[in-house]
Amino acid sequence: MAAITYEHATVQYPGAERPSVNALDLDIADGEFLVLVGPSGCGKSTSLRALAGLEAVSEGSIRIGDKDVTHLPPKERDIAMVFQNYALYPHMTVADNMGFALKISGMKKDEMRTRVEEAAKILDLTEYLDRKPKALSGGQRQRVAMGRAIVRNPQAFLMDEPLSNLDAKLRVQTRTEIAALQRRLGVTTVYVTHDQVEAMTMGDRVCVLKDGYLMQVDTPRNLYDRPDNVFVAGFIGSPAMNLLDVDLDQDGARVGDRSLPLPRGTLSVLAGESARTATLGFRPEAVKLVPEGEGFPFEVVVVEELGSDAYAYGTMHTSRSSAGDKLLTIRVDARNVPMKGETVHLRIDPNEAHVFSSETGRRISGDGAAVGGGATRVAQA
Amino acid sequence: MIKVLNALIAVLGGVAGAIVVYYLLNKLAELLPGRWEDRIKPYLYLLPALAAIGLYLIYPTIQTFVYSFANAQGTAFVGFSNFTDLLASKNFQNTLFNTLLWILVAPAGTIVIGLLIATLADRLRPGGEKLAKTLIFLPLAIGAVSAGAVWKFVYATNPPTQNQIGLLNGIWTGLGGDPVNWLQISTFRLNSFMLMVILLWIQAGFAMVLLSAAIKGVPTETLEAARLDGAGEGAIFFRIVIPQIRTTLITVFITVLIGVLKTFDIVYVMTNGNFNTNIIAVDFFNQLFTNNNFGYAAAIVVMLLIVMIPVLVFQVRQFRAEEAAR
Repeated sequence: MAAITYEHATVQYPGAERPSVNALDLDIADGEFLVLVGPSGCGKSTSLRALAGLEAVSEGSIRIGDKDVTHLPPKERDIAMVFQNYALYPHMTVADNMGFALKISGMKKDEMRTRVEEAAKILDLTEYLDRKPKALSGGQRQRVAMGRAIVRNPQAFLMDEPLSNLDAKLRVQTRTEIAALQRRLGVTTVYVTHDQVEAMTMGDRVCVLKDGYLMQVDTPRNLYDRPDNVFVAGFIGSPAMNLLDVDLDQDGARVGDRSLPLPRGTLSVLAGESARTATLGFRPEAVKLVPEGEGFPFEVVVVEELGSDAYAYGTMHTSRSSAGDKLLTIRVDARNVPMKGETVHLRIDPNEAHVFSSETGRRISGDGAAVGGGATRVAQA
Repeated sequence: MIKVLNALIAVLGGVAGAIVVYYLLNKLAELLPGRWEDRIKPYLYLLPALAAIGLYLIYPTIQTFVYSFANAQGTAFVGFSNFTDLLASKNFQNTLFNTLLWILVAPAGTIVIGLLIATLADRLRPGGEKLAKTLIFLPLAIGAVSAGAVWKFVYATNPPTQNQIGLLNGIWTGLGGDPVNWLQISTFRLNSFMLMVILLWIQAGFAMVLLSAAIKGVPTETLEAARLDGAGEGAIFFRIVIPQIRTTLITVFITVLIGVLKTFDIVYVMTNGNFNTNIIAVDFFNQLFTNNNFGYAAAIVVMLLIVMIPVLVFQVRQFRAEEAAR
């Protein structure tokens, strides 16, 4: 097991206009479960494949433990990878699939068998050891792919969307199993997914990428509470955070006829940048319904009832919404939902209001005291 | 122009004839009462095809069996003596041995060369790969007789006093050797192997095309997984790629094997089976058309058939297994 470091790692495919991964700096601690997440084309898989040695790093370096592996072939990196489609060897039995790496390394047959059987026991695969992958279900194949990684006892596990070929129910179950297994084995794990729910539920830390750039890396809690920029704010969380372009006045942000008070620190930073506008963000659950006259009017368009929760989709009028109002989402009491077409009034919790610069999209954190439950982290600029 | 017209008339006439035949058969079936119409109709439709197969395939096969027990003129039965005579004759033993050599060497050689070319071509840039593959595939478009003519020049010999027009002798004498009459050297069956080279030259392209497609069909992820598992290029090729293209390998092997068993033209054109290069198909031809010995010729073909049946059965099974695996 070892720590992993990306140092200014850049991957550019020959003939591509821009790098797929751009000067990535990332420290992954020994035994950590780090999730790389982002929309498709963000460079998350490429980052992982560069770590595996399957893509060439054009600039910068990658280290595993103390070893600079930037230009080492995959087999000298001592890492195991779980592929999206599992990449099982179709002509080998489950046992041979799991034992292939050991066989190549020249391990003795009986030791190999013990290791494979141990891993099979952990993964509940014992009775399938003599089957070929074709005779297994999707979930079982996924476990074989995991087993192939486990028997190696490698420095790190790399997982490239290992759950995306499973059906929804199995995915949720396997998600928990993988996370539990990783905690138990304590092997440094880098996990790629496009699903932010997977990222949030599995990772010790989550690294959000976009267009080859690192947007933010932090614990799921901090990503949720203190997104560094508009992209992370909109990407993390389901349903997504509401983001509104607003004009500023001396008290805060203009929404409708009223002004949402913003922390003084935030306002002074904005004033320092002589910004007249900002992007206001608030999560669907950061609002309360209040009687008319106290909050911001919200015109309900659709109501979705999920049983435990209900979400109302609607619009809010701002001084900048002449181009048409964006559809916003709020969480409402599941037992007391508003009607379609009704106008309700919202109070937005000022402690859970996020403010981003209109220009750069970065978080305006002011003194940072009021927001995010007193987090001491300094926002990465 | 006349020929094109003839071909056109033949095609149209054939199709029209078939339509008329099936129309009449259908009418015939409709004359049958009630349920019998549906019961009989499929067999009536099968009839023309079965009749053709019977006339052109089954009947000659049976007739050949019969002739194999008859004398040279096909006028009287002689029991097994055609077979015993042949098997006892030194010449025929030689022919059998050569045929065996062909069976052992040519298909395997084709596979190895085809695989080698496919793997190497796979590493070229797309343009280079296309060009290389086209060039290597070209000989397949040439008939075996033409290929023989081409290779006659490769192996050609002139007396030492003259210039060597043969490619091989050109190189050989260029290196300081005396001109050699390659096709007459039967030591270690060198000449037979030289004839096999021609077959390889023709068939390698065929093997390459199928194997190359199969190699490209091997999922990249399994190769990457193997690379991460610590396998070198050799281990990846033999333990990951080869097993995954196994069915294609077998298909190519059997196809070439059947081709080898039927090989006639190369040997006929190059040596006519002389200088210890005779093989079964050439021997059959010469027994039938040169020696006019129906009995021997039929017996040879029957033996060839007996050798081929298990191969064909295996091929059909393999084909079915491959279909089932899809």
